Amino acid sequence: MATTNLSYRSVFSLVLKRDLTIAMRHKDDIINPLLFFVIVVTLFPLGIGPEAQTLSRIAPGIIWVAALLSTLLSLDRLFKSDHDDGSLEQMLLSPQPVFILVLAKIVAHWLITGLPLILIAPLLAVLLHLNEQSYVALMLTLLLGTPVLSLLGAIGVALTVGIKKGGVLLSLLVLPLYIPVLIFATNAIDTAALGLPYDGQLAIIAALFIGSLTLAPFAVGAALKVSTN
Amino acid sequence: MWKWLHPYANPEVSYHFTGKLLPWLSTLATLFLSIGIIWALAFAPADYQQGDSFRIFYIHVPAASLSMGIYLGMAIAAFTSMVWQFKLADASAAAMAPVGAVFTAIALITGAAWGKPMWGTWWIWDARLTSELILLFLYLGVIALHSAFEDKNLAGKAAGILTLVGVINLPIIKYSVEWWNTLHQGSTVSKLGKPSMSVDMLWPFLFCFLGFALLVGVIICIRFRSEILTRNSIRPWVRTLVSAHLTQEKNNAVR
Amino acid sequence: MQFDSFSAFLNMGGYGFYVWLSFGVSTALLAGLIFSSITNHTKVIKDIATRQQREDKLRQVRKDRKNSKNNEPKEENQ
Repeated sequence: MATTNLSYRSVFSLVLKRDLTIAMRHKDDIINPLLFFVIVVTLFPLGIGPEAQTLSRIAPGIIWVAALLSTLLSLDRLFKSDHDDGSLEQMLLSPQPVFILVLAKIVAHWLITGLPLILIAPLLAVLLHLNEQSYVALMLTLLLGTPVLSLLGAIGVALTVGIKKGGVLLSLLVLPLYIPVLIFATNAIDTAALGLPYDGQLAIIAALFIGSLTLAPFAVGAALKVSTN
Repeated sequence: MWKWLHPYANPEVSYHFTGKLLPWLSTLATLFLSIGIIWALAFAPADYQQGDSFRIFYIHVPAASLSMGIYLGMAIAAFTSMVWQFKLADASAAAMAPVGAVFTAIALITGAAWGKPMWGTWWIWDARLTSELILLFLYLGVIALHSAFEDKNLAGKAAGILTLVGVINLPIIKYSVEWWNTLHQGSTVSKLGKPSMSVDMLWPFLFCFLGFALLVGVIICIRFRSEILTRNSIRPWVRTLVSAHLTQEKNNAVR
Repeated sequence: MQFDSFSAFLNMGGYGFYVWLSFGVSTALLAGLIFSSITNHTKVIKDIATRQQREDKLRQVRKDRKNSKNNEPKEENQ
């Protein structure tokens, strides 16, 4: 059987569609991280007290940390089931370049995890009495930042997918990588609350996004080749 | 004393019984709800302090009470299933969970929409709202746990355990949340307690409450019947029922 | 009738947005729930029907295979 000449675009859309179909059949994978996000955010007022002023001061941090943690939880499904049934190795052995396959999987992961997070964040911001001027900043930082979380997280998962009980190890690897995004995002939201421009912070997050978008797939590919050895 | 209930432990009997019940419940629900809602929206008097925003009360309070009542019903079903090994009780609990979750969500959303004009904020970490939010999480947890199992029997058992743990926790949650709220003096006291209502407001409220309760019954019946069919799909009575349904569909299509 | 005109009815004494938001969202959620319950019920019936047809077909194929084996022992039908 001759190797079919597939374009990059068709390979990308093929893998993307496959991952999205699998996610649609296991809706729990979408709902559970989202519910975790909501519940974690709810825990903070219960632990800190219902005073609106205190909550609105720490709201950006709470929402972003909860987003980080829930993304971390959802990363496991990125490669695990494919690794377990051997299809990951098959994907790596195929003549298609690995970075396209990896990019498609990461985009699927962001659509399943990051996008619902972004959509539900304003409701949670209401619960935490976030300053009205910060809502746009919140959405923009999440829009630019959550893809970075998926991209950098994919590197961590690729490194730990072959390891038994790699869950906690994954957090140790990935959370330090997330810290710059966290700092600039919460800074941007706080600056917005003061009514000042926050383009600088957004630009840095965007730079992190573009950087990880172009470089992470190669790192992930290399890590996968190590893990499936 | 409970001998008259015994035939209903048979799924087929319950299926046909709820099927006969359904048209009656639906008619009554439509009747009471339409009268109640129209009365509440157009004919009930506006509140002395809260004006016309008080009309939200007629959805908010029934939804909140029903959300708690349905959870209690789920807990009773879970308990029945566990103690007397009633498989059917698992089916009814699975049928009740989504309905309860929707009514909790309605209570929270209508409460927020009422709170914004009244208190100036969409949300406040008040004891009652917080407990209702936690109730929503309990419902969603039960639904998520149930859907995580392939085998419906195991799913029912697991969800049943979770429901019972939740119901024991519910007074503890309410108590601790009230304690948490009164200790931190930041919030205002909510005045949403059951007011001594005037008759003009009591009647539309009763109609709405009854209408919603009947609607809950209707939806639970429909879902209960679906659950019975799913769990008993290999039984001959289900087979005959489904083939009868199919032939009826074919006749309708031919026409 | 508590309201003089339809526009007063929509306005709800200044609280129109909140009242109609509540009633609208509640109606939407309940309609969605009812719709999903009914479609789920028909889906369950259809699923059982397809499974039944598949099993009947399998049974029929097995019966035919057994019959053809009994009638013509040297038959190599595919």
